[in-house]
Amino acid sequence: MTEFEPVIIGLTCNWCAYAGADLAGTSKIQYPPNIRIIRVMCTGRIEPEFIFDAFRMGADGVLIGGCHLGDCHYQEGNYKTALRVSITREVLKSLGIEPERVRLEWISASEGKKFSETVKSFIEEIRRLGPNPLKGAPEA
Amino acid sequence: MNKLKFAFYWGASCGGCEIAVLDINEKILEVITLADIVFWPVAMDVKYKEVEAMADNSIDVCFFNGAVRTDEQEHMAKLLRKKAKTLVAFGSCACDGCVIGLGNLWDKETIFERAYIETPSTKNPNAVYPKTSITTKEGKLTLPRFYDTVKTLGQTVDVDYFLSGCPPPVPLILQAVEAISKNELPPKGSILMPSKSVCDECPREKKDKKLDKLKRIYELQDDQESCFWDQGVICMGPATRAGCEAQCPKVNMPCTGCDGPSPGVVDQGAAIISALASIATNDEVINQAVDPIGTFYKYSLANSILRRRVIKK
Ligand code: FES
Repeated sequence: MTEFEPVIIGLTCNWCAYAGADLAGTSKIQYPPNIRIIRVMCTGRIEPEFIFDAFRMGADGVLIGGCHLGDCHYQEGNYKTALRVSITREVLKSLGIEPERVRLEWISASEGKKFSETVKSFIEEIRRLGPNPLKGAPEA
Repeated sequence: MNKLKFAFYWGASCGGCEIAVLDINEKILEVITLADIVFWPVAMDVKYKEVEAMADNSIDVCFFNGAVRTDEQEHMAKLLRKKAKTLVAFGSCACDGCVIGLGNLWDKETIFERAYIETPSTKNPNAVYPKTSITTKEGKLTLPRFYDTVKTLGQTVDVDYFLSGCPPPVPLILQAVEAISKNELPPKGSILMPSKSVCDECPREKKDKKLDKLKRIYELQDDQESCFWDQGVICMGPATRAGCEAQCPKVNMPCTGCDGPSPGVVDQGAAIISALASIATNDEVINQAVDPIGTFYKYSLANSILRRRVIKK
């Protein structure tokens, strides 16, 4: 049996975390290729629907990266996201999906290293949790 | 003019939608002049066999209320789809799963355990569970098979129109019947309800206050004028489609969301989570939201993105 390779969806804001990921790339900092990054203008754009959709479509984890609190380009997008993520986690827990599968991290444009470290540790955590429980769950 | 043929059916439901049909009062007489009712289990003795014998597409409109949670209901959904030219998902159960859909937090095994063993009013020392068939000396008796997951009508068969609500509001039922009689139905797939949210019909005044504490309805001294959110109470209005004319907020009860997701929203619960998080001032407020699934997904769990709880065996 091949080892479980987690599929991670990364939702990163244009102004900080995405730029951080970019910096990791241009600085040639390596991290495993399990993450598929989707850029949004601000983490405030991330609706709980996006997270549920990611799991429905088979993602094993969702990593949300935004500006540090106080640094959001749109001032308070990330504060709202933090609250949104905490209720979303509650809902996921009630629906049998481990809340740890959603991680929220503040990563600035200069933190390429932090981005790669976050990705690495999140992949490890998801490896420990195993595949998304929705995979192979009976439909009816 | 030839009379139309109508059918009514109930799947997993409470029967309230049937009452809503009667709530159109004397207008029911107009319906009867307009159409013959060929099948309506709650009111008429027409056997399934007789429906099976009808020609395909011979029923003009079938109003199907109730969700699909047994193989009998699935069979009837598929059968009526074949026999009816137009199939209307009628009421919240058929459209979104409704309260019945909250059964998706459990599965057949846990529901049977609760219903036939654990309930205090049950005495079942031999742990007898319903079986799908049993042979007695009188012959073979059967019961429908109970599924693990409640499905909506739209997840079971192709649906032409949706008219939600628990039950659907009477003016909207009349509007739908009128559209049918004049052959003026909107394009297939339409929701026969207004394209706005409950807030648009609600007379309460909204000031967009931030929330630093959530109240439950019994803790509220309602001023009867301002938005429930501004008073610290969760109201599903912003995430819920209009059509009810905000009848609950008008009598001092916050909306619980029975008309289903508001226009443009896929997942009603997710939408209200966004709304709550946008006005809450801290995590404490969030933690005060008791029973998140029962509050945010009271009527729409079966039709939400995740549809049910994953139960690991
Ligand atoms: S712009 Fe980065 S979190 Fe808002």
